[in-house]
Amino acid sequence: MSAESTELPPRRRRGNATFWLGLILVGVIVLAGIVSFFWTPYALSDMAGGRLEAPSAAHWAGTDRLGRDLFTQLMIGARIALIVGCGAVAIGAVIGVATGILAAFATRFLDDALAAFFDILIAFPTLLIAMLVVAAREEASLGTAILALGIGLSPIVGRITRILTKQVLGQDYITAARVSGTSWGAIVYWHILPNIVPFLGVNLALQFGLAVMAEASLSYLGLGAPPPNASWGRMLQEAQGTVYTAPWGAVLPGLALFALVIGINLLADGLRDRFDPARRDG
Amino acid sequence: MMGDLLTVRGLTLATPDKVLVEDLSFSIAPGERFGLIGESGSGKSLTSLAVTGLLEPSIRPAGSITLAGEEIIGAPEKRLVRMRGDAVATVFQEPLTALDPLMPLGRQIAGPVRRRLKRKGQDAGRAAVAREVQTLLEQVRLPEPERLIRSYPHEVSGGQRQRVAIAMALACQPRLLIADEPTTALDVTTQAEIVRLITALVEDLGIALLFISHDLAVVGQVAERVMVMRDGRSIETGPAQQVLTRPEDSYTRSLVAAARRFDQALEGQP
Repeated sequence: MSAESTELPPRRRRGNATFWLGLILVGVIVLAGIVSFFWTPYALSDMAGGRLEAPSAAHWAGTDRLGRDLFTQLMIGARIALIVGCGAVAIGAVIGVATGILAAFATRFLDDALAAFFDILIAFPTLLIAMLVVAAREEASLGTAILALGIGLSPIVGRITRILTKQVLGQDYITAARVSGTSWGAIVYWHILPNIVPFLGVNLALQFGLAVMAEASLSYLGLGAPPPNASWGRMLQEAQGTVYTAPWGAVLPGLALFALVIGINLLADGLRDRFDPARRDG
Repeated sequence: MMGDLLTVRGLTLATPDKVLVEDLSFSIAPGERFGLIGESGSGKSLTSLAVTGLLEPSIRPAGSITLAGEEIIGAPEKRLVRMRGDAVATVFQEPLTALDPLMPLGRQIAGPVRRRLKRKGQDAGRAAVAREVQTLLEQVRLPEPERLIRSYPHEVSGGQRQRVAIAMALACQPRLLIADEPTTALDVTTQAEIVRLITALVEDLGIALLFISHDLAVVGQVAERVMVMRDGRSIETGPAQQVLTRPEDSYTRSLVAAARRFDQALEGQP
């Protein structure tokens, strides 16, 4: 420990600051999402307020065109953003890591084929893939959106996993493990996964942010979770027509989206700085 | 020849456009300490990889390598996995990269211990493995084993790392230990300790040793028999004493002379 703290004090401090800022941003949104299950200021479809009211003590974030409370919608939007982000990243990670490791281990032909496949899928816009999946399922639902975004993210995760795995495979400790008779399965579990996760984790956080934004885009296009679910993307779409008369309707969900995405990235960065015991490249 | 642990006959290693090792033959008896001397690029390390069946797919082996009665060249991966560890284990040049940076040292030693116990059908429970790890750490004379098993590779010194790597190799209880330039990455005093440790351990445990180095003095200390390699070919083979004091080949003579000049320069003699 002592060697570590004398080594790089400035970077450590910076790591701490980003970590805490990220934790606070993400923490507030996660809290809002969890609380929304038990309590919201108003019911989602409760048209109690006047039309397009400005933020006030009664309606902390104002109201929309139908007089519904925007703060309630923001809280439920937080829940949906988190569910979509976690779900999409989980699906993307499982598919991506599995195919990425397969590609890294494969013979030259299969490896090339998978690498090309990843590249083609990446060049294909995630949103378009998501729209195709939604079209194929013939209905827009939260589950469809999660599945679609997860599939859309998987080639990015796959490509990074493939490269990281190849890097680790070239290390001496893999040769050392093989020399002592470790099977490939055990090498993947004990040596490859732990060594790619610190790098992959940061990227998955980035993907989480992209998934949340892509969900907002899908909802904006009417392909996300159907009403009455309030997603930040749908809030943006509904506020579109009144952005000049009631700007808070668009600004607040936009800010929430921004805070979540930047918070996740800072948190991931800070976590990597804290918990990567090797920090090989200083 | 039948009693030999390792027999290499007519080993040729080549990529499609280059011959890297040509017509190499040598053998190591059980418990014997054999030294492989050569400059970098002479094919020493490739030879050791060929013995463990870990050559890159682009390098084609020809000839024959028999280890503990089994042919290595052309053997299916499944049989090789079983032989590695059981018949042969390796200590590498750079212990920092030969250890997993994200795994505590104790767990890295425990891995091969557990595999060996399972393979032999013995108790591979947590306590039994921990006991073995403890014994191994004592065997390689590492201080503060309690702290060490929880440390990561970057938290201990180079010499300690190499001792851990040796413990990992011994954990397999191999019949042949390959030491591929095990002292090159270490400072001079640590080098001497590691060389003494390896020599004492293989002698005590009756393990045969294939010691690879470019350092004549180190090989002279360790090996009973040596082979000198140059450009992938064997130049001279014989008892260490004879090859290193009365070399027959002109290349070996120049190596010995250069080593002697270097020693004299260090001691300040003309």
